[in-house]
Amino acid sequence: MEHEVCIPVSSEIDIVTARQKGRQMAAPLGFSNTELTLIATAISEVVRNIVEYARSGELCLDIVREGDRRGIVVTAQDRGPGIPNIKLAMQDGYSTGKSLGLGLPGAKRLMDEFEIESEVGRGTKITMKKWVQKNAR
Amino acid sequence: MLVPILKQGDYLIASIQSELSDADLLKLRDDLVRRVSEFRSRGVIVDVTVLDVMDSFATRTLRAMAHMIMLRGAETVIVGIQPEVAFSMVQLGLKLEGVETALDLEEGLALLDNRIKKGDKKLGT
Ligand SMILES: Nc1ncnc2c1ncn2[C@@H]1O[C@H](COP(=O)(O)OP(=O)(O)OP(=O)(O)O)[C@@H](O)[C@H]1O
Ligand SMILES: [Mg+2]
Repeated sequence: MEHEVCIPVSSEIDIVTARQKGRQMAAPLGFSNTELTLIATAISEVVRNIVEYARSGELCLDIVREGDRRGIVVTAQDRGPGIPNIKLAMQDGYSTGKSLGLGLPGAKRLMDEFEIESEVGRGTKITMKKWVQKNAR
Repeated sequence: MLVPILKQGDYLIASIQSELSDADLLKLRDDLVRRVSEFRSRGVIVDVTVLDVMDSFATRTLRAMAHMIMLRGAETVIVGIQPEVAFSMVQLGLKLEGVETALDLEEGLALLDNRIKKGDKKLGT
């Protein structure tokens, strides 16, 4: 890991900061404009979930290298209530907040890799990655 | 960040100038709904050209706003959704159901003229 940035999340203002930071960090890696938008949008969704369901947490950004490919890793972590049924939460349209229920499944579609760990009463950690497409560079 | 709202005849035009926080977006919704009543406007255009992210919250808020405005007898057109933003909305699974969209301000105005000035078509179709 050659870089690490963490942004504390405690209010909706931090959502904008987090996605701008993500775009800023991902841009020099060679992502297309569309990919940068996808990354920023995925960040927006997971950070909003922290604000909405856990109240506070943290968003961290890392640049990764694996062989000759490069990418960005987004980690969203909180010590909120956790998610009782991850499978359900990952379904399109499932929401306990009377919302669209698209944040988690949508973020998974926007990124290349998506992992979620959650424990009731302890919190939630989401790790997602996006790789720079070689042929696009 | 305040979004200026311009009154132009029967229409209101809101041009978003920079990235908006959730609170800014809610304020825009409330301001527009209030002014539609105040001015008895018949059409509203929201220009989102500068937005480089439209996530589930933004989409939900704009949709709700359009529905509130519809209940006041006016129509809403969202203009200027960037191609990357449109792509990302589709991936997320977001739909602007029941909300008209147009490429830019000019097309948005033409669309409103068409729907409101001529014929007075049924709303929400
Ligand atoms: N960080 C979190 N802590 C606790 N619960 C969470 C967290 N993130 C998501 N959830 C739970 O998972 C559900 C699904 O989340 P998702 O983001 O997909 O939908 P939503 O937030 O309800 O709606 P949308 O994101 O479309 O506005 C939420 O309703 C909530 O119950
Ligand atoms: Mg959500």
